[in-house]
Amino acid sequence: MNTEILGVVFMYVVMVLLAIPLGKYIGKVYEGERTWLDRILNPLDKLFFKLGGIKPEKEMNWKQHLVAMLTINLVWFIFSMLVLMNMSWLPLNPDGNPSMSADLAFNTTVSFISNTNLQHYSGESGVSYLGQLILMLFQFISAGVGMAICAAVFNAMKERTTEKIGNFYNYFIKSCTRILLPLSLVVAVILLFNGAPMTFKGKDQFISLQGDTVNVSRGPAAAMIAIKQLGTNGGGYFGANSAHPLENPNYFTNIVENISIVLIPIALVFTLGYVLKRKRLAWVIFSVMTIGFLCFVIPSIYYEMKGNPAISRLGISQTMGSMEGKEVRFGSAASAYWGITTTVTSNGSVNAMHDSFTPLTGMFALLGMMVNSFYGGVGVGFLNFYIYIIIAVFISGLMVGRTPEFLGKKIEAKEMKIATIIALLHTFLILCFTALSSHLFAQDPKAYAGWLNNPGSHGFSEMLYEYTSSSANNGSGFEGLGDGVPFWNITCGIVMILARYLPIIGPLAIAGILAKKKYVPESAGTLKTDTGTFGIMIFAVIMIVAALSFFPALALGPIAEFFSMKH
Amino acid sequence: MAKKSSNKLFESSLVKEALKQSFIKLNPSILIHNPVMFTVEISTAIMLAVCIWIMTGEKSQGSLAYNLIVFIILLLTLLFANFAEAIAEARGKAQADSLRKTREDTPAKKVFPVGEIFVNEVKIVPSSQLRKGDLFICETGDIIPMDGEIIEGLATIDESAITGESAPVIRESGGDKSSVTGGTKVLSDKIKVRVTTEPGESFLDKMIALVEGASRQKTPNEIALTILLAGFTIIFVIVCVTLKPFGDYAGTPITIAAFISLFVCLIPTTIGGLLSAIGIAGMDRALRANVITKSGKAVETAGDLDTLLLDKTGTITIGNRKATHFWAAKNIEEKSFIEACALASLADETPEGKSIVELSGINPNTFSTNGARFIEFTAETRSSGIDLPSGLKIRKGAFDAIRNVVLNAGNTFPIETEERIKIISGNGGTPLVVSQNANVIGVIELQDIIKPGIHERFDRLRKMGVKTVMVTGDNPLTAKYIAEKAGVDDFIAEAKPEDKMNYIKKEQQGGKLVAMMGDGTNDAPALAQADVGVAMNSGTQAAKEAGNMVDLDNDPTKLIEIVEIGKQLLMTRGTLTTFSIANDVAKYFAIVPALFIASIPALRALNIMNLHSPESAILSAVIFNAIIIPLLIPLALRGVAYKPIGASALLRRNLFIYGFGGIALPFIGIKLIDLLVSVWF
Repeated sequence: MNTEILGVVFMYVVMVLLAIPLGKYIGKVYEGERTWLDRILNPLDKLFFKLGGIKPEKEMNWKQHLVAMLTINLVWFIFSMLVLMNMSWLPLNPDGNPSMSADLAFNTTVSFISNTNLQHYSGESGVSYLGQLILMLFQFISAGVGMAICAAVFNAMKERTTEKIGNFYNYFIKSCTRILLPLSLVVAVILLFNGAPMTFKGKDQFISLQGDTVNVSRGPAAAMIAIKQLGTNGGGYFGANSAHPLENPNYFTNIVENISIVLIPIALVFTLGYVLKRKRLAWVIFSVMTIGFLCFVIPSIYYEMKGNPAISRLGISQTMGSMEGKEVRFGSAASAYWGITTTVTSNGSVNAMHDSFTPLTGMFALLGMMVNSFYGGVGVGFLNFYIYIIIAVFISGLMVGRTPEFLGKKIEAKEMKIATIIALLHTFLILCFTALSSHLFAQDPKAYAGWLNNPGSHGFSEMLYEYTSSSANNGSGFEGLGDGVPFWNITCGIVMILARYLPIIGPLAIAGILAKKKYVPESAGTLKTDTGTFGIMIFAVIMIVAALSFFPALALGPIAEFFSMKH
Repeated sequence: MAKKSSNKLFESSLVKEALKQSFIKLNPSILIHNPVMFTVEISTAIMLAVCIWIMTGEKSQGSLAYNLIVFIILLLTLLFANFAEAIAEARGKAQADSLRKTREDTPAKKVFPVGEIFVNEVKIVPSSQLRKGDLFICETGDIIPMDGEIIEGLATIDESAITGESAPVIRESGGDKSSVTGGTKVLSDKIKVRVTTEPGESFLDKMIALVEGASRQKTPNEIALTILLAGFTIIFVIVCVTLKPFGDYAGTPITIAAFISLFVCLIPTTIGGLLSAIGIAGMDRALRANVITKSGKAVETAGDLDTLLLDKTGTITIGNRKATHFWAAKNIEEKSFIEACALASLADETPEGKSIVELSGINPNTFSTNGARFIEFTAETRSSGIDLPSGLKIRKGAFDAIRNVVLNAGNTFPIETEERIKIISGNGGTPLVVSQNANVIGVIELQDIIKPGIHERFDRLRKMGVKTVMVTGDNPLTAKYIAEKAGVDDFIAEAKPEDKMNYIKKEQQGGKLVAMMGDGTNDAPALAQADVGVAMNSGTQAAKEAGNMVDLDNDPTKLIEIVEIGKQLLMTRGTLTTFSIANDVAKYFAIVPALFIASIPALRALNIMNLHSPESAILSAVIFNAIIIPLLIPLALRGVAYKPIGASALLRRNLFIYGFGGIALPFIGIKLIDLLVSVWF
């Protein structure tokens, strides 16, 4: 087998092998069972509980979870706005970088607390070290929030009738201290030893072979890179993200970082199996996600390794595949693999230019974000998947002639209303905002000429990608879009906020309402949700609801580009 | 199942009425209750406006003929959907009307307690003037004008107008057979009846209103599905509206007809158009099975049942237990024993009591019962009998009840009799112990005969996931014997009315849905407690009020049919939703390339069906979308066949037929229509 493909297969297999035990460990953390890290980290947790006045054993209902989640997000939002808009005179700014404008600070803050990490700035020149540290803190917080709500939903899915579904602060702090912190430490140390910088000193200088003086930005990067990958954040330290040699020095760090991207999202599926004691269900969900992922990743790798037909027609050999916008040290297969893993998981860190992917790879990256639940972001990926499960359960329940029920709870009008709204939201945000920008551009192409680097279908894809990335809380960009202007800062900010909180509130509300309902034990007539047939049903619902509604938009963007390129 | 009504789906008289209704239902204020079809109506109106616009000289929207055809097809789509609902209503109404006709303006012989001339004067009034609590008389040949309860007399009644059963039945005052239904005919004797319902509130009236749609409330599942379908509709509104700026950006002008066609094709019109027809047809099927339901919800709930409580008598066994043998105790003369048995059963109106008199061969009129006191059976004493003026007290009842009486009096219970009881019980019979002045004088053996084919029916229920529970007053030994022989999953022996109630509550607390059938007044609380309570038409008024369904056939195994009707109702909705949404795949591939082919020729590659031209592609898609509705009307009315093969296998089967089929069929259908349409466009 080609070593490039072998590398990809190796990454996937190692990732799954690590995710299974990690999932069990996370399950133990959430269930309050003993783990081997207790001895070291118990004092730390106790300190946080004491400082925050938190009683971890006091359980909350879903509305209290919601209030707690929104409160801490609001506090951090205000804090971040203040720092980003004043960092020029605040400490830890050796390079003398300026403060952000209000609209950029709004975009950046929303972007980081919403786990999107869309960056309309460049790390080297746009933020101080203090700013970077604040942003790094948010990478923990936003990931922890997603995981905490996911833990509450798992708790709500248990076989009982209750209002109380755990304590939000307990889940949140433990997600950070017991899961994200230890894993980040390990990854950061590996990166450190492979050359990623970790310093508070300002720019370094060297004289190149040509004799020019080159200034190299550095800073506390290794720590930030670790959490950006593990927390499916994706906000890079440097503008070029993980394509930058100091963020991702070699193929080995590429493997470590790429595994980190999908590790926790997959582990959480197995956590579900552990917490609910339904291993089969976890495997069915994992399989559906994996099949969806493979549907995207296999053709992407194929098209990237095959090269660009337009370049082939010029008579240029492309034995390495399509290498435009890619790093030679990673190659086309690993770049395509990263491109899909980062988009299906709402991570958004990149190790290649997504703008330069061949059209269909670009489309699969888009689809990954449009579906946003084939693994998905930490915690929130499962929450999105949960909505599709509810819809699939409803339709298939009807198809077998029974009032639909999921894990012993009947799905009725109220839950369907919430699920339908959440399923609608993503399509609504992406299509409406892309329509708005298309409309503005089509009305007056000259006035908005600065927006798009490319005309026609590719330019359309750039706009579509930006809003899809915002709505999926992904944060990767189809670079080439002139996005650092108030229009994009503000509209993307709005999309990110709505697309972050509503899809958290919806599943939490459904799970909370279902938890309160009477538990109906399974009987011979109950439709089992841990079977392959039901897996096919979920897959079909996801493909038809999430993918089909984007078909016309995709036809005008990447599909049109693909067929045009062929001829 | 249906005995009187024709099973033909489209009777010409009904079709005519339905066609008329299809146009009346175009009224937006009616259509707004169905969000999917309402948006189609708006689309149709827009197309009409476009046609008028073109007639005034507009050139950008394509030819008038093309736009006019799109308009006509959309209008047809609406009419087809309305027709589906109208034909379902017409069928239900026809069924109900035939029942109602029999009692409209039936002359009623009303009894006026204080008349113009006499006390209790009888005057003939139209049945519509009868009110609850009024009394009327029916004699041989009369049609009973209203539902009521016999308070005096006994009569044979022909109930074939309602049940289709030609054999006459006997109704009499007192006991559990005192109820009569309006529209049935008295064949002999005379009865006095008290009206139990206000006009317009009888079960039949309620059912007719449900079928006619006037009072048809959407069931919870239907509401949830409507929400989902509205969600899909909104998604496709977004998809189509945003396509305008996308098209502008790509420099592709898209005609209004193309937008409207794409939209109407994508929204789930198939299920949207058939949804209410499916609901009405479900009620109609219940009515055809001779079950009157008080709400659509009850039919749906029936599909979810987990536990079924069935009375042993009449359900699992044929008719009632009959006395088959008199076993006199040692030292008791057989003849005097038999006489005592007959004497104790004289006032016993239960079928068992009557069968004892029958078996004894003694004419009841030969006894002189002057001064005798009849002791009625109560659930507490579980025995009945007679106290003669001579001081003789005869009791018959359950083994332990009589034993208590005997032992309390200080007498012993003969061992031989106890042996006999065990033998009888072991054979599935019921021993009825008879005592005279607290001394055991013998045992009457009652036997049950299990209905043929009942075992298979219980197997079928088990495969549906429904647990069957036999309720019987028998002792545990007998109950177990019959339960095993009949194949029920569980039984309640020596059941008192509250035992049924407790069993139902216990099951419900475990999250189960419970159904029960009953006919007696003492069943009423349990019927009300059960999620689905089916009262027999022959049962008492109290039972009928308490339940949420009435079975006109008095057939206890009817619950199996009701469960299937409930399941069919949900399945038909689910499968047609899947089919409707799956259809979108092919429709996208027909319309999307047609929209953009002019400005982006490369997108021709998406035209995988190789449709002739953009116009023919769009027309083919909307035509397919329209004609699939009438093609599926028979399925909507008959319901998707239910097979008890387990939920997962059923899902696999329906997913394959309606999901995979729903993706594949329109590819073929649209291509075929395109071949035809391409002659003109």
